Amino acid sequence: MTQFKLNEQQLEAAFQARVDAEQKIEPKDWMPETYRKNLIRQMSQHAHSEVIGMQPEGNWISRAPTLRRKMVLLAKVQDEGGHALYLYSATETLGVTRDELIEALHDGRAKYASIFNYPSLSWADIGAIGWLVDGAAIVNQITLQRTSYGPYARSMVRICKEESFHQRQGYESLIVLANGSPEQKAMAQDALNRWWWPALMMFGPHDAESAHSAQSMKWKIKRKSNDELRQAFIDQTMPQIEFLGLTVPDPDMKWNEQRGSYDHGELDWDEFQRVINGDGPCNRDRIEHHKKAHAEGEWVRDALRAYESKKRQRLAA
Amino acid sequence: MSQPLIDYCIAQGDDALIFGQRMTEWCYSAPFLEEDLALANVALDLIGRAQMFYQYAAELADDGRSADDIAFLRDARSYTNLLINELPRGDFGFSMARFLLVDTFNVLYLEQLVDSSDARVAAIAAKAIKESRYHLRRSRDWVVRLGDGTQESHQRMQQGLDEVWGYHKELFIVTDGERELIASGIAVDREALYNGWSEQIDAVLAEATLQRPEDGWKVVGGRDGIHTEHLGHMLSEMQYLQRSYPGVEW
Repeated sequence: MTQFKLNEQQLEAAFQARVDAEQKIEPKDWMPETYRKNLIRQMSQHAHSEVIGMQPEGNWISRAPTLRRKMVLLAKVQDEGGHALYLYSATETLGVTRDELIEALHDGRAKYASIFNYPSLSWADIGAIGWLVDGAAIVNQITLQRTSYGPYARSMVRICKEESFHQRQGYESLIVLANGSPEQKAMAQDALNRWWWPALMMFGPHDAESAHSAQSMKWKIKRKSNDELRQAFIDQTMPQIEFLGLTVPDPDMKWNEQRGSYDHGELDWDEFQRVINGDGPCNRDRIEHHKKAHAEGEWVRDALRAYESKKRQRLAA
Repeated sequence: MSQPLIDYCIAQGDDALIFGQRMTEWCYSAPFLEEDLALANVALDLIGRAQMFYQYAAELADDGRSADDIAFLRDARSYTNLLINELPRGDFGFSMARFLLVDTFNVLYLEQLVDSSDARVAAIAAKAIKESRYHLRRSRDWVVRLGDGTQESHQRMQQGLDEVWGYHKELFIVTDGERELIASGIAVDREALYNGWSEQIDAVLAEATLQRPEDGWKVVGGRDGIHTEHLGHMLSEMQYLQRSYPGVEW
């Protein structure tokens, strides 16, 4: 028993040494059980976010204002689904099935990005989601390209490329609105007003209050702190808001010459908690929709399995 | 010659757009994620096809209307898509039955349209045929797997097929304008495709252990703008922004 414990400690020390040396951990490598669990939590949350994120954007496919915008949006929503696929597959390398992950989403054990609990109410929201939500995701994900788990890091490389394409598309569509009719401009400003704070909340609580941060940083699952990433996002986005001629909905936002960075107002953490805990405008709808589609597809999945098994039997006969 | 060709391109565009728009309804509601992506792909192909036909129609008409104007500023009575494209999404079995009937037709049709005497139409067909071959491979596979899957899937597949069957006749009706274009080698004689279509459908249904429905009923009228009531609702949703904020850029 003592021998075993010692081995475990040695394994863990060797594991940490590899992480410290920036070597990637691969699926068949030994890893601490908590590392595995932590990764499954973070990666499946990421995959679920991509899937649930298809809903607020998909909400406007039928109403997109031109054929080109319709195709761009449809392709974007399809990309998000593709990201979910890579991420589910990468998560499966940790010894968990997609069915189990979906079950955890449905019964509330697994989370998804809380921002998708807000509704997409106007066409400008589609631009704002691409620009701000994908923009915030990229800031986070760029650092995850260097995350310690190999399959996760590699899936991030591809995802980041597509996300930055989405971000440009979203911003480009807002440029058109911001330079359009007064109604279009108001639509763009309203979208910024509603998505700005939730986008900042995407980076999570302040470092001091973040439940998983310290251990994740040590294991290099996370590479930068929530507050650092949030600040980077604000600094890159403020000039873009100015270029649009829109106003950031934060009266305390101010350039700090000394820090070479923006100072900003405090986030409404009560709202953050409220929405995470289920009382956002769309929490119930999002999960209900996913459950419904999944349940309605059950007979199709069953048929697929039945057909494959018949085919195998015929081949064997 | 120009007006029949414009009408023809708009009709081809309408078929593709209305079917594509309808199929986008699957994009985050399919039985599993891979199907969300595949169905979004198919819908993208169809909407892209519509845009190419509308664009050509707009250039031929040269009356200041853009492809988007053609798509977003006409009412149901002016839409000339075949009815099979506008029917509600239905369940997955119904959708796959509809795909099988339409995709089988499209492949046969486009295989000949690539030789259209109109270079632009031929070029659109050359792109579309590749997509439709892929669509058909999918729908054929699905109909076979669902037909020969479980008892429930067999039943649903048969029901979907029965429900959509009466709408296939319209695929083979040649309009007067189309007849002129066929004579000049621009369009394809759709009526002549029926036997080949019918044989292919029979072969798939046999493999899928499904019954070919009786030919007792048919509904037609799409090319004359006599639609089901479903189209108006689809258009009012699709056209809402263009109608609410006329004349602006998006």
